[in-house]
Amino acid sequence: MELIQYIAFAVIKIALLLFILLTAVAYIVLMERKVIARMQNRWGPNRVGPFGLLQPLADGIKFILKEDIIPDSVYKPLYIAAPMIALILSLISISIIPFGGDWYVAGYHIPLQTAAFWTGSGIQDINIGLLIILGITSLGVYGVALSGWSSNSKYSLLGSLRASAQLISYELALGLSLVGVLLLAGSLSLRQIVDSQAGSLLHWHFFGGLQFVAFFIYIMAAYAETNRIPFDLPEAETELVAGYHTEYSAMKFAMFFMAEYCNMVTVACLATLLFFGGWHSPLEGLHLPVPPIWLIISPLFWFFVKVFFFIFVYIWIRGTLPRFRYDQLMSFGWKFLLPLSIANIVVTSLVLALRS
Amino acid sequence: MIPLSWYLILSAILFAIGVASFLIKRSIITIFMSIELMLNAVNLTFVAFANHWHQVSGQVFVFFVMVVAAAEAAVGLAIVLAVFRTRETLNVDQVNLLKL
Amino acid sequence: MLHTILFLIFAGICVAGALNFLLQRHPVNSALSLIVVMGSLALLFLLLGAEFVAAVQIIVYAGAVMVLFVFVIMLLNAGEEERTRGSRVALFLGVPGLIALFGLLCWTLSASRFQLGQVQIGGYYVPTQELGIALFREFLLPFEITSVLVLIAIMGAVVLARKERP
Repeated sequence: MELIQYIAFAVIKIALLLFILLTAVAYIVLMERKVIARMQNRWGPNRVGPFGLLQPLADGIKFILKEDIIPDSVYKPLYIAAPMIALILSLISISIIPFGGDWYVAGYHIPLQTAAFWTGSGIQDINIGLLIILGITSLGVYGVALSGWSSNSKYSLLGSLRASAQLISYELALGLSLVGVLLLAGSLSLRQIVDSQAGSLLHWHFFGGLQFVAFFIYIMAAYAETNRIPFDLPEAETELVAGYHTEYSAMKFAMFFMAEYCNMVTVACLATLLFFGGWHSPLEGLHLPVPPIWLIISPLFWFFVKVFFFIFVYIWIRGTLPRFRYDQLMSFGWKFLLPLSIANIVVTSLVLALRS
Repeated sequence: MIPLSWYLILSAILFAIGVASFLIKRSIITIFMSIELMLNAVNLTFVAFANHWHQVSGQVFVFFVMVVAAAEAAVGLAIVLAVFRTRETLNVDQVNLLKL
Repeated sequence: MLHTILFLIFAGICVAGALNFLLQRHPVNSALSLIVVMGSLALLFLLLGAEFVAAVQIIVYAGAVMVLFVFVIMLLNAGEEERTRGSRVALFLGVPGLIALFGLLCWTLSASRFQLGQVQIGGYYVPTQELGIALFREFLLPFEITSVLVLIAIMGAVVLARKERP
């Protein structure tokens, strides 16, 4: 495979990913509004198009056409750069996610993943995929911190100070909660982690690897990382107006919004890949009679079903739980999640050492 | 295929810029950051030599440098906070008394 | 060829970022250009086959240490640094001294260019596993000592940053 073909494939994949992801983000927003509305005994958006299905389009047009206000007192270069940083980083981290096995079309080897390493003669799986995602996630603080600082407004600054402290604190628990899975899989490559869970439901790290404590820690820390309820203190609208994006309007605000939902999708994908067997079907060991075409579609089907479920859980929790107080948030992160994740590592490695 | 010395010259450039900004800058925080820049330049040399000698030890050493740099940054920034609390300035020229 | 192009791009970004770090007056701008330097250094590490070190460079340096710096700058609301008059002696001795030191380094390195040899992509690649084995067998004692150092640093930071009780 030549370099030119590699670049051409990469460009096509990036275009496809952007299209699918941004459409998905728009419809996740709609789904969130609908589901929350049903939970609160309302109807939700239902005026634009049948069942409100064109609402995301209307929202998008509104965001583009609105006046883009830049307040006088902001520090302009960073004020403009901050939303772009947030969006670009969230898009990079989702490009590492593999969402299926490999396809061989007309002699070409196409891994179902946007990013891949070029080895000089062919493409290779990214063998530190998980670390790259963790690194990009840890850079995500800058979008929030810089937007709050450059806005030159007290609400923004308070929001971004809270956000940076929160993100730094929960990153530790997030990283440590994944170590148990890494010990079981023995690899940092997302593909190999998924392959180590092949088989049936019982081979998934959540059930077979007994990583449910790790999953609980992961999902809590990830909710804090994406600034979602019950950890949405950086943008708590009842205390801080809107936190770090108080001073943003129109498309710049939309960039923050898209970045947040892209991060939600990344978190859901990671939960699927690491704990719930990725694209492997839960019924794999049963050898059910299925048509051959199903074998090609089934990985994508199961992957998207699982991701959809985790996004639904996000919305569900938003509809259920109240917000934490700030000191509760910090002590929950440092005094509960962090020791628990370390204990999980110790227990997992002990069990592994005794078993071998 | 590029000569190893290019990497080393790059790290020399970065180190020299780090030294220069350590000497020129007057804000405590920026001075701390120039130390980080120098450490980064040294890390590049370590990795380049690990590549040259085909030894893992060079990369292991980078780890230790990173850990020490992180520890140093934590303690250093705590000192900066303490200095700012007592003197209300970040300019090193005005921090010239041991005792207030 | 590919290696040369990639090296020149990232080395250029590195040097430009470092110069910007030197020339900017505001600490936040300096911090951001330093982050750019660290990011492109991580990519250079990747070219040298040190993928785990590259990832750790991003996670630890760009994602943790520099976040701490930016956080402190925001917390203290550090403004543009004031210019103070530097001493003449430092200017006349320091700048030529720095240039001489730098010239000497570059001269030494380019003189020994042929002994140092060439680097190529994938010429030496360290899997994470190998690095871990080296870290926990050969370097176990330094590793443990570093952990004690980190513990001391944590306690020191807490003690120093704590508000004194009235």
